Amino acid sequence: MTTLTTVTDAVTERVQFVVPMQMQIRGAHLYDKTRRFVTRTNGQKIFVEEPIPPVEEVALADIDLSNPFLYRQGRWQEYFERVRNEAPVHFQAKSPFGPFWSVTRHADIVAVDKDHETFSAEPFIIIGEPPRFMDVAMFIAMDPPKHDRQRAAVQGVVAPKNLREMEGLIRSRVQEVLDDLPIGEPFNWVDRVSIELTARMLATLLDFPYEERRKLVEWSDLASSMEQANGGPSDNDEVFRGFVDAARGLSALWRDKEARLAAGEEPGFDLITMLQSNEDTKDLIDRPMEFLGNLTLLIVGGNDTTRNSMSGGVLALNRFPDQFEKLKANPDLIPNMVSEIIRWQTPLAYMRRVAKKDTMLNGQFIRKGDKLVMWYASGNRDERVFDRPDDLIIDRRNARNHISFGFGVHRCMGNRLAEMQLRILWEELLPRFDKIEVVDEPEYVQSNFVRGISRLMVQLTPKTDA
Amino acid sequence: MSDVTFISHDGEKREAPLEEGASLMQIAVDNMVPGVDGDCGGEAACGTCHVIVDDQWVAEVGRSGPVEEEMLAMNPEREPASRLACQMRVSENWDGLVVRLPEFQM
Repeated sequence: MTTLTTVTDAVTERVQFVVPMQMQIRGAHLYDKTRRFVTRTNGQKIFVEEPIPPVEEVALADIDLSNPFLYRQGRWQEYFERVRNEAPVHFQAKSPFGPFWSVTRHADIVAVDKDHETFSAEPFIIIGEPPRFMDVAMFIAMDPPKHDRQRAAVQGVVAPKNLREMEGLIRSRVQEVLDDLPIGEPFNWVDRVSIELTARMLATLLDFPYEERRKLVEWSDLASSMEQANGGPSDNDEVFRGFVDAARGLSALWRDKEARLAAGEEPGFDLITMLQSNEDTKDLIDRPMEFLGNLTLLIVGGNDTTRNSMSGGVLALNRFPDQFEKLKANPDLIPNMVSEIIRWQTPLAYMRRVAKKDTMLNGQFIRKGDKLVMWYASGNRDERVFDRPDDLIIDRRNARNHISFGFGVHRCMGNRLAEMQLRILWEELLPRFDKIEVVDEPEYVQSNFVRGISRLMVQLTPKTDA
Repeated sequence: MSDVTFISHDGEKREAPLEEGASLMQIAVDNMVPGVDGDCGGEAACGTCHVIVDDQWVAEVGRSGPVEEEMLAMNPEREPASRLACQMRVSENWDGLVVRLPEFQM
């Protein structure tokens, strides 16, 4: 087995250099189809939704926090609360993703997140793994020093100078989207606002053809909803087709940029230009798995996260209407509210690690090679750190101590951009609308990783100047 | 009573009383000095209490160690005298300390 893996790894590496990206992905797709045929798993879904029982009816050892329907069915709070209090470092021996530890308290999560010497982010940060040969390389799932070099190449895109440049642009895009919204009739906030705004932002960051921006969303959604990676709904055929399309689109973008630069065009502030002008990444396109991996990372990183915080904020202010009144009375609370919304929503539920050596964690013996899942969604509701943790409190004193961005070397690099986008959204919403009412039960995404809202029907009442 | 001065990126000065044994981040947060966040609560794990020590104080206060470097190394506003304030334990000799704040925290 080990030998076979080593050989296939070596082959993957060699093949990366000589075979065009799309051909590689088609080959991988064929491999996956054959595998599914041979193992007779073809066409079978790994996850079929069934009602999840209340937590008190389940034995502690049987609790499986990797169930991709926990969030959708609204059971996640009680499940995490029990684990946090009864078994804060909890072992699940036989999940569909194999055995894993759950780390559920704020303090333990910080300890694991910052200790990259003991806990490796390699090879993946999701609980499962992508299909074979689709295991693209991204710096979020690399340890230092390789991580540091690749991250440094793109960090500049969110440097202060760039953020300042982007603020005006973001504001005008938010204004365009908001001015276009229907008044007095229900519409899907997720599609009209959350997805639309993040798509515009991503297209800008990548200097991607603006009219085709929804493609970025499509690719990102496919990449983050793989069944065997995190219990998502997309089947492998769809994922492979999406990846061929993404590989083609992103390579074209890279080549086009190269040609324009060569023709003497001023270099822009976009991610592609940055990657092309850095020693460590200028040949990234010659390493297709890294090329696809890192671009996918940047696209996914800026997509599900901000989108679901934009939807989650509206939902939360409807669940806690007194907070919306507080906000209208004091718009200066917006920046703190943005942190509180990011805490309350926690758009990505976790990051996973693998122990590099035997170690102890809050009284539990962790063996070298064990998989650990740091549940940010639970740390953000830890009653040891946050009073009334399930409530949205927009002037919460320690809202900034939320864990949604992670801590340590892998801390979210887009955090300031995300906060800025959310701040601007609320700065533009308040003077326009008196009421932003959720008029139907929201629908949620199937995943143990993305805490996503797929449909949020909203009706707006414009502000009337008295 | 001894004081520390935080100078914002725009040049605005903000004084705060020094409390021996506390971290400089805690002092900034307790005195609501704008521009110091301290998101991780003092674990050197977020990089949001970045300060740049005034040249005259570098010898007394010391430079960043490897723990701070993990976060500082990624920071585009990093300078040679950059520190994470949460890792700076205030000493009795620091009366009159001056630190500058970056334009943005990470």
